[in-house]
Amino acid sequence: MHDKVVRRRRAVLALLVVISVVLLTAYFGKSSSSPLHSIQRGIVAVVSPIQDGASKVLSPFRDISDWVSTTLRAKSENAQLRATNESLTQQNAIYKYELIEFPQLRREIKLDQAIGAASYGQVSASVTSRDSSLWYQQVQVNAGSGRGVQAGDPVIADGALVGKISQVLSGSSSEVVLITDHTVEVAAQAVPKGQGAGGGGTGILEPAIGNNLVLADLPHDATIQPGDLVMTAGFKDPADSAKSGSLYPAAIPIGRVGAFNQNDLINSGQVPVTPLASIRRFTAVQILTRPQATGEEASTR
Amino acid sequence: MIEMWSGKLTARVALLVIVAVVVQESVISQVSIFGVNADVTPLVVMSIGLLTGSLPGAIVGFFTGLLVDTLLVQTLGITSLLYIAIGYWCGRLRELRDPSHGLVPLVAGAVTTAFAGIGMTVLQFLLGVDSPVSWLLLQQIFISVLVNTLIALPVYALVRRIVTPVLPEDPRRRRRRAYTTGGLSPLSQPSRRLAGQIPRDGDR
Repeated sequence: MHDKVVRRRRAVLALLVVISVVLLTAYFGKSSSSPLHSIQRGIVAVVSPIQDGASKVLSPFRDISDWVSTTLRAKSENAQLRATNESLTQQNAIYKYELIEFPQLRREIKLDQAIGAASYGQVSASVTSRDSSLWYQQVQVNAGSGRGVQAGDPVIADGALVGKISQVLSGSSSEVVLITDHTVEVAAQAVPKGQGAGGGGTGILEPAIGNNLVLADLPHDATIQPGDLVMTAGFKDPADSAKSGSLYPAAIPIGRVGAFNQNDLINSGQVPVTPLASIRRFTAVQILTRPQATGEEASTR
Repeated sequence: MIEMWSGKLTARVALLVIVAVVVQESVISQVSIFGVNADVTPLVVMSIGLLTGSLPGAIVGFFTGLLVDTLLVQTLGITSLLYIAIGYWCGRLRELRDPSHGLVPLVAGAVTTAFAGIGMTVLQFLLGVDSPVSWLLLQQIFISVLVNTLIALPVYALVRRIVTPVLPEDPRRRRRRAYTTGGLSPLSQPSRRLAGQIPRDGDR
């Protein structure tokens, strides 16, 4: 009796396995128009409405489960997204900073090439601190005596003259006083459009209220028009005509002549000047450590 | 092994299998738990195998697998092969060991899910289906095993509740029931023994 049961069990098992293998073999690799496929599609067609119904009936349970799982996932993703957000914010700040810095550097390179800044012993530096008020016109830069910086060295940034070194604080830091400070005066000349240097008249550039400048002590008959470029005059040293007597080398752009009345020029001998550089926004500077040098001298040093 | 399959039992098991497969494919398969879906079909086959024996387990496994393959419009016979083995082995476990521990369905659920996952991968690989065997796949199988292990006990309890009332009386089951209900055990009647109604050995 027991043997019979065992034999029957094994026979049924073998039969089921054989049917499965036969089904698998018959189904596998056949085209979708084979009888088995057709039967399968027919059964699916019959059952699919039931599945749809079951799916709709049980959708509240599915929604609850989805809600729970979404909430759990959202909680776990929250910390990750916060970290990503922080990282991206930092990256964004860097990009924004570079976006501000890039045009300044481009203008500086252009100016360097124009005035031959390499011959003046240029030292690159970054602004490390800046007074946020309008009353104090100083910034600190990360270059000092260790790199040959001395008090009085001209400082250019954003494609124009922005000030001079007022004091060297240490081997790696200095203070720059801006051209809009009342202690700074620069020998400058206006260059009319289409004319060479000196055509428009030479004067002294002084600060005016509101981060603006005026070019004063101009000859009354100076032919100056609004929009004319104003640049350093670079007076020659009376004792040695080969050297500049001015603190600033010649032909460094400073600003453009603003709108003015010709009567004011005749009466007061001054015109308003708008700085070319963003005086309160530049972040990188070039310090000319050998402003008195000529191009030939610099190349031999 | 259940020697006599009544019509009621067949009807209940068939309905149970159809409902399980339809619910699995239309609802449970759309619910993601830890990034995977629970699969109650191997658990149902496992439960029926444990409750009814090897031969019914194998037969139920075959038809359950066939239904799954049909509804999923995939190669017929693959899931049947796997589920035959699951139903048969769970039935043999009952016949040979008669495990009575409450956690047997839990272990059996984990083993059957792992067998189904790995077996499906191997069969697909043998059939030449281009499914890359990666760590991700193994990770999915592992998490599926964990999830199915968690739901194995409730699924087994549900299947037992549906199937047990129509099962033919099993002598071993009857004997256990008699023992556990106190009919044969004096330990289940301490009050009577303490009252002296049950004689001690020395009193005889």
